[in-house]
Amino acid sequence: MCGVFILFLVLVAVFADPLSHLIGWGPTQQDRATGTTADGLPVGPGRIHLLGADQLGRDVLVRLIYGARVSLVVGVSAAVAAVLIGVIIGLCAGFLGPAVDSVLARLMDVVLAFPFLLFAIALVTVVGPSEPLEIAVIAFFSWAAVGRIVRGQTLAIREREYVEAARSLGAGNLRIMVVDVLPNLIAPVLVYVTLLIPISIVFEATLSFLGVGIIPPTPSWGNMLDDAQQGGLYQVAWWFLTFPAAALVLTTLAFNLLGDSVRDALDPRTERLFAK
Amino acid sequence: MLRFLIRRTLTGLLVIWLISVVVFAIFFIAPPNVAFLLLGKFQASNQQLVEQVTAQLGLNKPIPVQYWDFLVRLLHGNLGYSYYSHEAVTTLIGRALPVTASLAIGAAVIWVVSGVLIGVLSATHPRSIRDRLATLFALTGLSFPTFVLGLILLFFLFYKLHLAGIDWFPGSGYIPLTQDPWQWFLHLILPWVTLAVASMAVYVRLARGQMLEVLGDDYIRTARAKGLSETRVTFRHALRAALVPIVTQFGIDVATLLGGAIVTEQVFGLNGLGALSVSSVVNQDEPVIIAIVLLAAVFVVVANILVDILYAVLDPRVRLE
Repeated sequence: MCGVFILFLVLVAVFADPLSHLIGWGPTQQDRATGTTADGLPVGPGRIHLLGADQLGRDVLVRLIYGARVSLVVGVSAAVAAVLIGVIIGLCAGFLGPAVDSVLARLMDVVLAFPFLLFAIALVTVVGPSEPLEIAVIAFFSWAAVGRIVRGQTLAIREREYVEAARSLGAGNLRIMVVDVLPNLIAPVLVYVTLLIPISIVFEATLSFLGVGIIPPTPSWGNMLDDAQQGGLYQVAWWFLTFPAAALVLTTLAFNLLGDSVRDALDPRTERLFAK
Repeated sequence: MLRFLIRRTLTGLLVIWLISVVVFAIFFIAPPNVAFLLLGKFQASNQQLVEQVTAQLGLNKPIPVQYWDFLVRLLHGNLGYSYYSHEAVTTLIGRALPVTASLAIGAAVIWVVSGVLIGVLSATHPRSIRDRLATLFALTGLSFPTFVLGLILLFFLFYKLHLAGIDWFPGSGYIPLTQDPWQWFLHLILPWVTLAVASMAVYVRLARGQMLEVLGDDYIRTARAKGLSETRVTFRHALRAALVPIVTQFGIDVATLLGGAIVTEQVFGLNGLGALSVSSVVNQDEPVIIAIVLLAAVFVVVANILVDILYAVLDPRVRLE
């Protein structure tokens, strides 16, 4: 079920351009003639705008489709980047002995103790918002949690006999880390990637909602919700709040369920995230 | 115990110091135009005035010297003055802190108590209807971003009720507790729920899993064999052991609390630390941002030390060393 939804989302994001052609509106195209009423209020769902229009007469459906692209690109790349950094640093901390470990573990403590949203806002305001920066910020504040878990696993794995065997065969640190330890980390790492994706998507939406993520007029679900909140517009235009909110909630729900089944499939010992 | 406290305090201070360096570094990378902020558009063209202000604030000194001056002032309890409103940073924070504290403490109480309670109740009857309902709740709660939930609550419980002539829940604002406790409570219900639900879901899941594990232990069978009531076994014997990982989770969540508060305050128009930090970031009000980040870091570090002490209280097997 959740897999189908995610596949659908990916297809929609990939074919955003032809889809918007088919619907007949561009993502930033303002339909002043039929998109807003005579009083300047957005029109609701109907024949011209399937899911209604926003306060500038832009088509909500088309903007949702382009928003899916932003959410997926930012969510997936931030999650992958965070896991890569987390694995490398966690592996080094766990494997290279107490000296390296104490430095890296302290580093992770610092990152985890950061009021990250505040810091992200400060950084984005100082440097200026952009999509790559947003990905970097999300990754930067997510890797430490992965690093901690990988470190713990590595500490346990390095005491195993096969690591000792590899060492007695003359293998160096790097070789043991890549050939013997890393493959044993793949299961928890895969679970973490799938669970980090929804977290990153929500993080992206939150930054955009606060006005420090995707720069308008480029649509993202977060800045659509921000538009809906501005001046209490959602009170007169429910579609404007409902559809982006539903898209966001369904997407995170689907990824959470996916992460749950990945965990089930890869590691039968751990408890299920959600009991069936 | 004493050695543990000293060591943890020292590493905590190290973490706080590192954070202060990083925050300072950000503004070194992209320093705000302070003279412009302070003097306004017209006076900022007066080169002499600009230089005078810059010298007064010590901004013409090398960065390490500026940082040292900052540390010395900090140790004297002087956090400087806002570039934007010219008020003392301590005054600004003193005004915003009660709002955020009310919001955060209330939300934390709601999510821990109800999260653990729901988790325990579903663990005592696994696979029952109430267990399934609790799971469904946890799943949906976890997937709702804070600001989406806030907007939805506002729409239905404030706006729709308001249209129907029922004004139970105010839409925004903060009334101090000392002024009118009932209005304070009313104004905070929706923000509390908004901030609590996502975290509550995590606790439901965690408490359920832990309780299921603990309830299978031998000592629980012994307790039952002694003829203790099921309630006593559940809450006095099992829950105590199950609380240890929950306490760990709480230590982690303290760091995310300020983030949640920023979003919640934004949605409900509360003038707390979150709103203050967003506006000072927008206004490039460096002294205020640095003070808030440091305050939050101190809060996280202290909370984590308390969590470690709580371990030893809950589980006598844990030795602090």
